[in-house]
Amino acid sequence: MLTVVTFLPLLACAVLALLPRAVRVPDRVCSWVWIATAAADLALVIAVWVRFDPHGGLQYEQRARWMPGAGVSYHVGVDGLSLPLVAMVCVLFLAAAVHMLRETRRVRALACLFLFLQTVGVGLFVALDLILFFVFFDLSIVGMYVVIAGWGHGERARAAALKFFLYTFVGSLALLLGFIGLYLAADPHTFDLVELTRSNPLAGQGLYAGLVLLAVGAGLAVKTPTVPLHTWLPPAHTEAPAAGSAILAGVLLKMGTYGFVRIAMPLLPGSWRQYAPVFVVVGVVSVVYGALVALAQTDLKRMIAYTSVNHMGYVVLAIGAAGSLAGSDAQARSLAVTGAVVQMVSHGLLTGALFLLTGVLYDRGGTYALDAYSGLAAHTPRFAAATGVAAFASLGIPGFSGFVAEFQIFTGSLASQAAATGIALLGILLSAALFLRALRSLFLGPPRLPAGIPLSGLADLRTREAAATYPLLVLALVIGVLPRFLLDVVEPAGRSVTELVAR
Amino acid sequence: MSALLWALLALPLGAGTLLCLGGRGWNTCAPVAAPAAGAATLALAVAAAVARPQASAPLFAGIRAGLRVDGLSAVMVVTVAAVTTAVLVFSAREAGPDENRGRYFGLLLLFAAAMLVTVTATTLALLLMAWEVMGAASWALIGYRWRQPGRARAADTAFLTTRAADLGMYLAAGAALAGGVGSLRLDALPQADGVWLHVTGAGVVLAALGKSAQLPFSFWLSRAMQGPSPVSALLHSATMVAAGAYLLLRLSPLLTATHWAGPLVAWTGALTALLLGAVAVAQRDVKQLLAASTSAQVGFMVLAAGSGGVAAGTVQLVAHAAVKSGLFLAAGIWLTALGTRHLPALQGAARRWPSVGAAFAVGALALAGLPPLSLWAAKDEVLGAARADDPALYVTALAASALAAGYSVKALWYVTRPLPGEPAAGDAGYAGYAEYTAERPGHQQRPARSALLPLWALACAGAGLGVLVLPGPADWLSALLGAGDRPALHPWEAVVSAAVALAAAGAAWTWLPRIARSGDAASRPRPAVRWAERWLGLDRAAHLLLVRPVMALARALAAFDDRVVDGAVRQLGRGGLALARLARRADDGGLDAAVRALAAGARRLGSWARRPQTGLLHQYYAQAVVGFAALTLLVLLVR
Repeated sequence: MLTVVTFLPLLACAVLALLPRAVRVPDRVCSWVWIATAAADLALVIAVWVRFDPHGGLQYEQRARWMPGAGVSYHVGVDGLSLPLVAMVCVLFLAAAVHMLRETRRVRALACLFLFLQTVGVGLFVALDLILFFVFFDLSIVGMYVVIAGWGHGERARAAALKFFLYTFVGSLALLLGFIGLYLAADPHTFDLVELTRSNPLAGQGLYAGLVLLAVGAGLAVKTPTVPLHTWLPPAHTEAPAAGSAILAGVLLKMGTYGFVRIAMPLLPGSWRQYAPVFVVVGVVSVVYGALVALAQTDLKRMIAYTSVNHMGYVVLAIGAAGSLAGSDAQARSLAVTGAVVQMVSHGLLTGALFLLTGVLYDRGGTYALDAYSGLAAHTPRFAAATGVAAFASLGIPGFSGFVAEFQIFTGSLASQAAATGIALLGILLSAALFLRALRSLFLGPPRLPAGIPLSGLADLRTREAAATYPLLVLALVIGVLPRFLLDVVEPAGRSVTELVAR
Repeated sequence: MSALLWALLALPLGAGTLLCLGGRGWNTCAPVAAPAAGAATLALAVAAAVARPQASAPLFAGIRAGLRVDGLSAVMVVTVAAVTTAVLVFSAREAGPDENRGRYFGLLLLFAAAMLVTVTATTLALLLMAWEVMGAASWALIGYRWRQPGRARAADTAFLTTRAADLGMYLAAGAALAGGVGSLRLDALPQADGVWLHVTGAGVVLAALGKSAQLPFSFWLSRAMQGPSPVSALLHSATMVAAGAYLLLRLSPLLTATHWAGPLVAWTGALTALLLGAVAVAQRDVKQLLAASTSAQVGFMVLAAGSGGVAAGTVQLVAHAAVKSGLFLAAGIWLTALGTRHLPALQGAARRWPSVGAAFAVGALALAGLPPLSLWAAKDEVLGAARADDPALYVTALAASALAAGYSVKALWYVTRPLPGEPAAGDAGYAGYAEYTAERPGHQQRPARSALLPLWALACAGAGLGVLVLPGPADWLSALLGAGDRPALHPWEAVVSAAVALAAAGAAWTWLPRIARSGDAASRPRPAVRWAERWLGLDRAAHLLLVRPVMALARALAAFDDRVVDGAVRQLGRGGLALARLARRADDGGLDAAVRALAAGARRLGSWARRPQTGLLHQYYAQAVVGFAALTLLVLLVR
């Protein structure tokens, strides 16, 4: 089942790509094939979710020989950590497909690329083998590089894409190094996540385990990204097309944070506990620094990019706190991990929506500069309302998913990391300030547009744009108001992660 | 039974959401639907107050979303629903035809719904959710007429200030969990262990003081006056600012458990009552005067909560809600009709429409604390609680109540002056007060009958709610709130406070003509008065001490991020390229050159080797001879 979910988009991609050049496929057909595939994939994930037993641990497991000599197998499965992320990935790719419905530039190639990226995104979250994980981790970089370079905003996009590629590629090499370290420590040698989790090969291996954690941690920290390894993110976001930014923020960044929860914490519990304060500090610095730098931005998309650093900082803080046993009880640590996973889902939905909406802004005004606009609410009330809701949701207003995540993170982290959590709380005040500032600048006050663009022809949110954005916001609202359907799935998995770390 | 409670909350929440989504499309039906929803909510609230339902649902691991209507909540839900209904009925004719009435009424309902959840929540998690949603709704309401940049900025200030204080609530939730109160139940908070008890207390106090616009957070309330008057009527009475007081009253056991929080809260309340009372006296804008008076009056509630007078604080809260919402509604009628908020320009406003004027007068006299109106009675209870706690608190609060008489009488005096010749003439003289622009261009129309009904209902309630302190009702209320024994009120206290209020009111009434004349002479007021008129410079201080440094830090960090953090990455990239170039040079000039030199040497050797091959026989013979001779020589030498 999971193999079908993973490779269905790739199949559609192959069909589109391998059609002979002579067969001229109209752009509309390509777009609709893309949307239909994404929708079918989402339907499959919903079917998986319906039959998923929250207390059943890993489910839908599939295992096949791949490179037995090197201890590598094709091993996939989902549990409460990965299923919500897989669902979020599929929702986001469907939203991106709908958003790109009117794209005119090389649609067939674009559809192929996004379908390929969807396989990569889903595959990474269901992978239960380190090498399989690594393959998807790396391929995501390749796919996103092509999206930014090929469909971004001109020459600068190619520079940004190159920076993105090289930076994150270095990160993934560090990750590979760490994986090899794990492989060598295991007896018999294996890359299988489940077996490595069970055998805990690096228990009591002081420095060696620390170095492996350093390699894995650095590799994941680049992708997450955390301060100070984050500077590839703003240019990549700014120059990428809207849907590309949404996928980059929603899916690629989660690969880093998911890696921490799936690999670093259960496989290296001893070192994780030992070095938890490092992660806490990195998390807090990311929260406050990311929010402050975002506050000073004058470009909307850069600002949102920095808020991603801030939001991912909460995740790192929470998982760091989950590794600090002193002073906290199991309930607190489980709340922190659950909050971290919910934050990944929530950030994917909300930042995805925000990036799609910035795409609308760029489409209308040709720039992301905040001071180029004013009073847009008068002419584009739906756009203003959607952006306002997304911004408030993103700054953590209760009733949306962000609050569910952040409340659990703060409440769960405070016991063991009081000072750090106290400082991180400032992050939600700063993000409120920066989002309100952006909203006021863009939408309120007297109407004004960038020079040369007439106010009269300004179109509000179109049907396809609304169809791409509203469902993301509605989903965030549902999670915020009725979080149990998600928490019932995440909580058992979160508890088992905290137990694995505490062993 | 819990269905009743869910309905009470779901009705305003659902109706509000629908109206917000409908927006302009529902302009015609919103002014009817919203008051109807409000009235239905009121009916449900009364039913809930009688039936005392409770409900609960799982929220987070080990933390439930609990709801319950107990004694205090019963009083609160009825108050909130009643004031909301009054404001909605009043607004039905208020919003202009060109406005987005769906959004306006929807937001009002959402705002009230958030308050209803706040006062019925039994766990900190749910309370915090409603608390923050209320803040967001207040942002949208204050910035309702968003085309003027000033109003949007005021909304931002209000939201950010209250959210800054709300961080305390997040802190309290985490601290309670750390202190062993895993359920985050409000009634279990005092059982938190050790230092966590104090952190919880501090967080809750911070959040409550911020929401209630107590010192030093009061300035956001001044900015919030940019919102429409009916919004102010709701925000200043039964919701938002009342929420902080409610929380302190609800968590009075927590304040007691910490030992230090009670006195701190009591003193903050007393000082706010005193200082913001002075601020109110100094105001020349009727809305600003009322706003400052709200801070001051809520100060009495906070004082009561801090000194353990839960019943006293509750009576003060309810009475103040009725009085203040009525005053704001009356002021709103004048602002709409006369197009000014400036007090001297409002001279005679009360005489223009006696029905409005009389309602305002009743409210102002009640606010002044004159017997036998409600706030006099309520304040006596508060003063009694304060006296039992600390005599110094009592004296401070008594001084604050004298100021209350002063500012109330000031407002009343201006609006009851004889009508000047031309109502608009006042405006021309105050062109300097650009910020005192009317909410909407003045069009002198009679206030609608539907607007007078809620006005008078609130005025009557504001006048008569004092019965709650009469022995019979007071015992009933105490039992309802479970407040236990209240300190016995001495009759002399009531006499003293009445005397103080009457004396202050009389003094104000005598001095006002003189002050008004000197004010007309355009003499600059003394610095102390100016300082008070500018709300003690709190806004400016917050801007100078917090906003500017944070913005400067943000900009500095952004530059640091670009130049240093990213600069290091770029340098690394450049370093890599330089290294590559170096390697190329080493490769081209070193390795490859060596290989080429080797090849050239071999070629040269080859060409030398070719030299002897001349093709001439005699030369080969000669070479053979030389070779032979050399060999012979070698043989001879070696042997």
